[in-house]
Amino acid sequence: MKTDQLIAALAADTKTVSRPINHQLWMAIVGGAIVAALIFVFGVGPRADLAAALETPRFLYKYVLTLSLLVSAFGLTLHLARPGAIPAGWLAALAIPPVLLIVSVIAEFFLVPSSAWAMNLVGKNSVVCLVVIPLLSAAPLAAVMWTLRDGAPTHPVLAGAAAGLVAAGIGATLYATHCQDDSPFFVAAWYGLAIMFVTIVGALLGARLLRW
Amino acid sequence: MAEVTREEEWSALMRAAIDGDEAAYRQLLESLSHGLRAAARRGFVQAGAPPNDVEDVIQETLLAVHLKRHTWDSSQPLGPWVRAIARHKLIDALRRRGRRIEVPIDTMLDFLAAEEPRNDLDRQDAQRLVNDLRGRQQVIVRAISIEGKSIREVAESLGMNDGAVRVALHRGLKALAAMHQKDHE
Repeated sequence: MKTDQLIAALAADTKTVSRPINHQLWMAIVGGAIVAALIFVFGVGPRADLAAALETPRFLYKYVLTLSLLVSAFGLTLHLARPGAIPAGWLAALAIPPVLLIVSVIAEFFLVPSSAWAMNLVGKNSVVCLVVIPLLSAAPLAAVMWTLRDGAPTHPVLAGAAAGLVAAGIGATLYATHCQDDSPFFVAAWYGLAIMFVTIVGALLGARLLRW
Repeated sequence: MAEVTREEEWSALMRAAIDGDEAAYRQLLESLSHGLRAAARRGFVQAGAPPNDVEDVIQETLLAVHLKRHTWDSSQPLGPWVRAIARHKLIDALRRRGRRIEVPIDTMLDFLAAEEPRNDLDRQDAQRLVNDLRGRQQVIVRAISIEGKSIREVAESLGMNDGAVRVALHRGLKALAAMHQKDHE
């Protein structure tokens, strides 16, 4: 086939165009979050003392961390879905949640007596945290990854990792509502591990699935 | 500045194309293919690769432009978006041919600056994978591209409705792009 002939075929296909990729990604994240929320409501559920917890800054701060992760990772993903350079600004924005976490960890060292440090770190249900965050992340990860396949990421591994962070942001936000461990020590260790796991899965999937 | 005008023209053509203007789309793809040809040949030469497969890279890039055009942010100029796709496909093509890429790709893809005159050698057939398309898809892609028929004509000759031909054409083009990818692995 000559190039002119290919162009004839492409032009004949003018009217078949996908929805803009950012719309698709919004639908993916909303759809994935809804599925994850349903799994959460029916399979996990909020902690019993939710009303009381909502009045404690430690509990609320978990949302600051997980939602800042979700927002910065999704902003990055929206850009990585298009061909082009890595968006430096959004990549830098990804540092916000870890910085906020480190600040809270340092604060915790001062606020809590050293005798309680180990207890706060180990927490009550670290294993559940490691299982449930990835579990709740699965649907959003699948939805965002599937949608990215219709995108044009020129950095597939990074795009996959960003999708993993988005999914983990959703999973961690939901899990935070169930989790009774609110110490930044616990969040740094166990949420951190779970989020890292989902991110690595995303990067590996990206390397395989996002080539075009 | 001529370049700025051309960038703006490209963006306007793509906007019209996404709204369904087939003539504008054809004009855009032709204009892009000329620029891409010059850039791709320069890329091959700079990487020390024989320029035989230049046409292949152009076609792959045009296919990608087509199938990924919903990833263009229409508030941005089209040129950088096309260049990013071309760069992606060129690097891919050179890597596949075992070339280490040491030259800055950005300079070789600065195809807005120069447009090489056409000659007949450029028009040679690229090795395409149309033959590997399945059944209906192959018939339809072949009729519309190589035989230059319209959707309507193909629909009539196959006793299908226009919509079904459109669907088969689109799937055929996607399959072509996927075959390229598979071919490379």
